[in-house]
Parts: sequence; C-alpha cells; structure tokens
Amino acid sequence: MGEPGTKELLSLEELEASGGLRTGRKHVLSILVENKPGVLTRITGLFARRGFNIDTLTVGPTDDDQISRVTLTLDGALHPIDQVTKQLHKLVNVLKIRDLEPAETVARELALFKLAVDGASRAEVMQICEIFRGKVVDVSRRSIILEVTGTTDKIEAFERMVRPFGLVEMMRTGEIAISRGRGET
Amino acid sequence: MRAVDAVMECLKAEGVDVVFGLPGGANLPTYDAFVDAGIRHVLVRHEAGGGHAAEGYAKATGRVGVSLGTSGPGATNLVTPIVDAMMDSVPVVFLTGQVRTDLLGTDGFQEADTIGITMPAVKHSFMITDPLEIPRAIHEAFYLARSGRPGPVLVDVPVDLSRADIPYVPVSDVHLPGYQPTTEGNAKQIRQAAKALAAARRPVLYVGGGVVNAGGSAELRELAAADRFPVTCTLMALGAFPAPHPQWLGMLGMHGTRAANYAMDEADLICCIGARFDDRITGKLSEFAPRAKFIHIDVDPAEISKVIPAHIPIVGDAKAVLAKLVAEYRALGADSSRLEEWWQRIEGWRERHPLGYTDSADSEIRPQFMVQSLHKATGGNAIVTSDVGQHQMWTAQYYDFPEPRRWINSGGLGTMGFGLPAALGAKVGCPDETVVCIAGDGSVQMNMQEMATCTQEGIDIKVFIMNNGYLGMVRQWQELFWDGRYSQVDMGAHPDFVKLADAYGATGIRLTDKTTLVDDMRAALETPGPVLVDVRVTQEENVYPMISPGQAARDMVG
Repeated sequence: MGEPGTKELLSLEELEASGGLRTGRKHVLSILVENKPGVLTRITGLFARRGFNIDTLTVGPTDDDQISRVTLTLDGALHPIDQVTKQLHKLVNVLKIRDLEPAETVARELALFKLAVDGASRAEVMQICEIFRGKVVDVSRRSIILEVTGTTDKIEAFERMVRPFGLVEMMRTGEIAISRGRGET
Repeated sequence: MRAVDAVMECLKAEGVDVVFGLPGGANLPTYDAFVDAGIRHVLVRHEAGGGHAAEGYAKATGRVGVSLGTSGPGATNLVTPIVDAMMDSVPVVFLTGQVRTDLLGTDGFQEADTIGITMPAVKHSFMITDPLEIPRAIHEAFYLARSGRPGPVLVDVPVDLSRADIPYVPVSDVHLPGYQPTTEGNAKQIRQAAKALAAARRPVLYVGGGVVNAGGSAELRELAAADRFPVTCTLMALGAFPAPHPQWLGMLGMHGTRAANYAMDEADLICCIGARFDDRITGKLSEFAPRAKFIHIDVDPAEISKVIPAHIPIVGDAKAVLAKLVAEYRALGADSSRLEEWWQRIEGWRERHPLGYTDSADSEIRPQFMVQSLHKATGGNAIVTSDVGQHQMWTAQYYDFPEPRRWINSGGLGTMGFGLPAALGAKVGCPDETVVCIAGDGSVQMNMQEMATCTQEGIDIKVFIMNNGYLGMVRQWQELFWDGRYSQVDMGAHPDFVKLADAYGATGIRLTDKTTLVDDMRAALETPGPVLVDVRVTQEENVYPMISPGQAARDMVG
C-alpha cells in the first residue's frame, strides 16, 4: 500500500452484504423479558407496527419470578429474522433473545380437540388418539374431547386424521421450546 | 418528602435547569413543588409547543430536554412532539400526570391511556405504580433518553402517588439489564472499513444526524482530511461538515444537490455514518447507488441492513468509531491520487449543475434570496429553526451551516409548527446565540400561540415568515404531479402578522423589497425582544432540483 500500482489489501468486489436475509424456514424465538406491566403489549405492538406476522405466541413464568419467557414462532420466508430480533432487542424490558435451531431444540404444543362423535365412530377416534399418544379428557353421548401434545407437525397430522369425524372445535397453545443439552435456552 | 419534591431533586441531580410545560389537575402536586424547587419553568400555551421547545432545547444544547403535561388532553397534545423526537432521535424526557390510581381504567375525568397511546413512539416509558419507584424511574428515563441512540422517554405518574411521602435517596447507578448499547465499534470491522476506503476509487461519506448526536463532527472533519473524501449530509446533519468546503457536495436526497446525488449514484463505496437510508434519500430503492458497497456505522444495530444490506456493518457511537477509523486509515498510507478521476467527475457536475434560481427583475423577493439575505444579516452563524415545507428545503439549501447544532428542524416526522417553539427552546438553552426561525406562513400558524410565551418570558427570538400565501410544498406537488389542480393550498386571507405580533406584545415588521432586505433584516435582528417578520416572497416558486417521488437520483429534475 502507499505507492500507486501496489496491490490493494482489500478488493471491494469481494465484499458481501449481510443482513436482510430471508431464511425461508420457521423460526422459534425464545425471549426472556422482565415481568413488568405492558411488556407483552410492547412486543406485539412492535410486531404490528413493523409489519411482522406472529404465527404463535406463548407467555409463561420462568423459575425466576422477575422474569417471564415469551416463545413466538414466525415465518422466515416473510421476514428478515435479523431485523425482527434487532428491533426486539431495542425494547428495554427484553433481556435475551434466542433464535432456536430446530435440530437442537425440543418444541411442544398442547392441543384440545372437541369432536361430534357418537357410539358408531367413538372407538375409531379413540384408536387414532392412542396412536398419537393422546388422551381422552371428556366424553358425552354425542361428543368427545381429546388432548394431544407434540410438535406442530404432529398436531397438524392429528387434526387431519380426526377432522372427518366432525371437528367442533380445536384449541392450540402455540409452541414452547427448550434447547437440547446442558446449556440454558 | 413528597414524591414530587423527590422529582425536583432528581431533575436537579440530572442537571436540569429548565423545563417546558403547562399545569393541570393531575400534575398539581408537581407544580406545587416547582414553587420552591429553584428550577426554571417556562409556561407554554399548548403542550405541543412545550414538547417542541424541549426538542429545540435538546437539539441546540445536546442536553436532555424536559417537557411536562397533565393527564388526558395534556398528554395527548404531547403525542406529536414525542413521535417527532423518536423519528429524529432527540433526547427528551416527558413527565405526564395521570388520574388517581383508584380511577385508572374507569374513564375518569381527563383520563387517557397515555402509556398505551405513546408506546409505539417512545424509546421507553415508565408507568408508575408505586411511589417508591419514582426517583429511579426518573433517573433511568434520563439515562435512556441521552445514551445510545437518543430518544423520547415518558414517565406517567398518577396524581395520588405523586403526593405520597417517600424517602429520597440519590440514585447514582441505573440498573437496566435489557439495555446495553454498544458504543465502541468492533476493531476488526473498523480496520476492514479503513481498508475498503483505501481501496475505493469513487467513495462518498454519507453523513446523518447520528454524527451530530454523538458530537462527532470534529472526527468527521478529520476523516475527510485524512484523504480527499467527498462528503454529503442529510437534512438532519447539516453543519456536521462545514459548508462551504472544497470536499462538501451539499445536501443529498429529494432536494439535494445534483453533485451529491450523482456521486451517490456512481459511487463504488458509500460510507454511511449515523444515517438510515430514508426514502427521501434513496429515491427508488432498486436503483439507489447500484454500483456501491456499503459501510454502515450506527449506534442502533437495527438501522444496519434495515433498508440497504451493509457490506461492512459497524455498531457503535459515531464519534468513537470515526476516531478509530481515522487512525486506521492514516496507518494505511493510502494514495490520494486514485481519487483524481473521481474528483474531476464531481467537479464537472458542480460546474454544470450548481444550486441556483432566477432572481426577480424588480424588487420582488425570491424565497432563496430571502434565505441568502438572512445568512448575510446573521453572519451565517445563527441557530436556525424551521417548520416543514418549501421554506425548510430552501433554508437547507441556501443557509450554509458552518457548525453542527445550528440547524434545527423536524426531519423524520415533518411536523408543521415545529419551528417557533423549537426556536423558543433553543434560545432558552443558548441565551447568548442569535436564534432565528424561518417559518412558513402556513406552518407558523400551527403554534403561533407560543409568541405569548416568548413575550411573557422575554425569550428573544426572531421569526421570519416566508410568506408566499400558499401551503407551498403541497402546491408544488399539485402543480407538478396533479396537473396543477390546486386543492386547499391557498391560505387566502391570512391574519395580519404585523398586527398579530403587536397583539402578542412582540414587534411585527413587514418586508417586501429585496433591495433593502439585508439591512431590514439586520434591523429586525437588532430589535430587542421577540420579533415576527412577515417577508412577502414570490408566490409560485418551486424547490429545485428534485428527485421526483419514486424516481432514481440520476433522473433529478429542475
């Protein structure tokens, strides 16, 4: 460097842009927040304002009563995830955000299904429920309520199986997720 | 002591010498505390005026501004200044009163969900639920407002809690585990940026308000001096680099110079420092700076790669990063002669397309001439505030700002009515400076009532209304893009601004003759007390050059 014609130390052509990338897959963000009034509104308000779509959202206590955990899932095909996490980090009450790697994460969701089944189809429904390791939590003459836990895929598969029997209602909690191994999520 | 007395102690501990506000039912205890607190309180006529005054104070001094309002309408009147401060990263603490805790949520008299209404527009806010939290919340509010990327912070205090008896213990530390701004910049990235600058043959330094906020103007000048880097500033950064200067290209963006916009268009490396690629800068995004690689320096990581993916992202305070970048760059010993060709190209644009206008053949005052005259009359060294519209753009173009914090305007939000109260606040913060407001005849009427504040408090500002009888920028767009179908832009029978000034106890002057304009302006500036000058200018003049909306920079018109 220094003399004209000497080799440049860095070539501009080789620089690559970072950020703003759409990953194209589902992301599970695990967010630790201070347990203060309005925190959830700040998060959801931020998503609405920036035009980010939340697929599922769950909030619950942690082992520290000052801190809550928000688990939310969103589609990385629609949003640049780095921009989402950077905006979330700007919220003063947000302590930590982890974008969980699917391969290194255990994710579970709970769902309740109310089906309009009577004697004729009840046995068949219960059999499907057993295959999915679900539970029967309520039965009446003309209905049955089933509880299933698992990944989103499993719950969606279960829904496809039981829908033809007469699905009255379905309720899902949205996913919670925890990282595999010894380290904290 | 009463919580409100503790609030006064907090304000003093934060070095607050003045606040701008208006009392009401829910902040009566606070106003009682002001009686003995020894903190100057400027009584504004509308909370929005107080909020903008606090912004003007903050922008002129670099210190945190403070603005007060009562609950309900007091707080909702503050919404515009809050959003304005958020968009332009202005450090202001807003203290609002709230109804009694037992009335919260009952639609009590003058109750509004202040926290909810302002939530999308604050850097942070505190809803006080326990009077013991008040001192810590106030100190944290100041810390948040001024650190990292500055911004508005709101503290909402129910009136019963503000009367509670609490012990005041000075708070010397702030504990915000979720808030740790990165200021220093990654050393490796800074080295990479220096190397990229040394390799660039067509570099541009694109400078934004972040440099002003960080107090990084001296470091910017050093970087520019380290080689012959061309420099352009956004509307928010004017003065961060001195105008005129051989390396100064002028402002960029929609009404920037051709030299600045063409340089961005052809650059091979753009070093963005504390700016955010606003749509008024980029024009059509897909055609913005098509050949450029980007270094992006910003204290707010979320700005980096938000609009334009950065090749070398650097999170940090502009001042700290620039200082290191200068050292790294100097160590490389780059050869300046590589920029020769680039400068020839830039000089060509400058010669072919200087800023200019056709002056009148008679005594009529062209608006651009008015700004140039005010530059002469003030020695080019006044603090200048503006409203929003044509007069703002002409001031940005023709009042060459030599230093940062001399140009105070509403950039991001574009708030009409900002200029007069901002000038009031700037003058309170900088009593020894000449403070002028260049206002539009439309805009000025939005916060005209603050003339009364100026008179009562003896705040010596000079307001120059660029009176063209129109909502001029809207008229320009209707002329250019809506087939000249003027719709609701003619201001018709204005108030007589000279009489209006008189009614407010200020001095009113009307100027219509360009031949004596500079001298007449000097006389106005030398008149003691607040002065309102009605300058009649050409009615249908357009701001040029211009990147038409949705167009690329290289297709500038005018």
